[in-house]
Amino acid sequence: MTTFIELLLGGLSIGSVYALIALGFVVIFKATEVVNFAHASLLLAGGYVTAVLHDDIGFWPALGVGIAGAAVVGSAVEFLVMRRYRGSDQSVLAIVTIGVDILLTTELVRRMGTDVMALGDPWGDDVVTVGGVTLAETRIAAFLVAGLLITVFLLAFRFTSWGVSMRAAAENPQTAALMGIRLGRVSLSAWAVAGALAAVAALFLTVFPTPGLERATSLAALKAFPAAILGGLDSTTGALVGGLVVGVTESLATGYQSDLSFLGRGIGDLAPYLVMVVVLLVRPAGLFGTKELSRV
Amino acid sequence: MATLEIRELSVGYGPVRALRDVSVDVPAGAITAVLGGNGAGKTTLLRAVSRTLGFHRGTGTGTIRLDGRPLDGMRPAEVVAAGVIQVPEGRQVFARMTVADNLRAGALGARGGRRAAATALHRVHELFPVLAQRAHQRAGLLSGGEQQMLAMGRALMAAPRLLLLDEPSLGLAPLMAARIAETIQEINAGGTSVMLVEQNAAIALRLASTAYVLDVGEVALDGPADELAASDEVRRRYLGVVDETAAEDAAQAEGITRTLSRWSA
Repeated sequence: MTTFIELLLGGLSIGSVYALIALGFVVIFKATEVVNFAHASLLLAGGYVTAVLHDDIGFWPALGVGIAGAAVVGSAVEFLVMRRYRGSDQSVLAIVTIGVDILLTTELVRRMGTDVMALGDPWGDDVVTVGGVTLAETRIAAFLVAGLLITVFLLAFRFTSWGVSMRAAAENPQTAALMGIRLGRVSLSAWAVAGALAAVAALFLTVFPTPGLERATSLAALKAFPAAILGGLDSTTGALVGGLVVGVTESLATGYQSDLSFLGRGIGDLAPYLVMVVVLLVRPAGLFGTKELSRV
Repeated sequence: MATLEIRELSVGYGPVRALRDVSVDVPAGAITAVLGGNGAGKTTLLRAVSRTLGFHRGTGTGTIRLDGRPLDGMRPAEVVAAGVIQVPEGRQVFARMTVADNLRAGALGARGGRRAAATALHRVHELFPVLAQRAHQRAGLLSGGEQQMLAMGRALMAAPRLLLLDEPSLGLAPLMAARIAETIQEINAGGTSVMLVEQNAAIALRLASTAYVLDVGEVALDGPADELAASDEVRRRYLGVVDETAAEDAAQAEGITRTLSRWSA
């Protein structure tokens, strides 16, 4: 039972980090209808900046610069690349993001080499034990920070002018333009926010018990894809729930791997994708994806 | 109040010419109607003014001036900031957003900030009390007439000096259409110039002081609305009035029927 609770809590924690990544992914999709395959490279960029700077300027400032840096990289991708293709088909844009991803990831991996870089977080490998259940401090921090950021984001999305213009542009860009909403700014801000969220996620993907930032980190970031897709690509709630589902599934499948040995090893990595396939079979638009709701 | 001056406007979508040498004047404080059937180029004319032709890969030549200031080369948001707001055809409310958020979106492009938006909201609620009652409902659940009110209310949130209306009576029950017509008059009386594009010539000619008839992208007729309303050609073609001479004209016209290609939906 203790194992189960530990696995569940660990899953929720890593799931909330996936939710952060998926949220950025969904925001870009909502604002621009682009499926952003470059998302993992934004995350890598944020993590890299933090990892390089933390020795010199301390962890918290480095994290701040990392977040800002990822936001800038995101905006730059929008401004320098995506904007040139405006008006092209969405599938073309998606393929352009694959190109961006390859470029960014290759450069970052070249810089990192085979190193495993520490991000210099203050939690180290400390653990907290409550009633026999042991949990790493990093996991608790991940859950709290991700939860806080997601809450702030959702409130902003719902109540601020930024949120209104974002939702309006997402639903009907041409009419939004007729209201004087600047679509360029909306998509720029979407990429910036997505980058910033990804940089925070980078931190929590690389802290204990993970060894640190390395080339494989972008693979871990890819798990946000099934999270976003099973939640419904255009739903912020979906990203949240999808992230948690993926996190818990992965955690439980990995934890009980020995009982599932008839499936072979590595089922934990596979499980999120299996869940995604099953969900899509039942609900093709994802758990919270919108089907049309309108009267003509 | 604002004066709009369109001179020798030609617009094409790729190889398709939608407008040719169209000149239209919207005097300050007046309601000006633009009539015409499907594909006459009415919506294209409004898109040219609101600078949203780009969404449909349209390109145009000619000049459009607001109070003497050219709108050419402006971005849609700048046109809105200059005080020209378009209510798109088919209402296009943000269906997944609440009524209140739709109205909020309407104020985003306006100069003037929070206080101006609050004043505008007050005025919109006065004009359309139903929008206050349904503030927290999703816009997609409103009836067609209510959606038209919301679309107009949303445009009014930016306190326009010139309102562009694209087929506001389309698809509405006669009673609701009359209600909308009344509101247009009220908005105009409040000091907003109106450019009204309509297929429903009866309503448009009753509201407007001057009117233009577009036919396959060109201005076929123009003049004071009451004169146009009395003219045989308009009566026959747009008001559905059939008298003997008109029937004869129609018989003659049969021989020279032009085929319209559809380019504006």
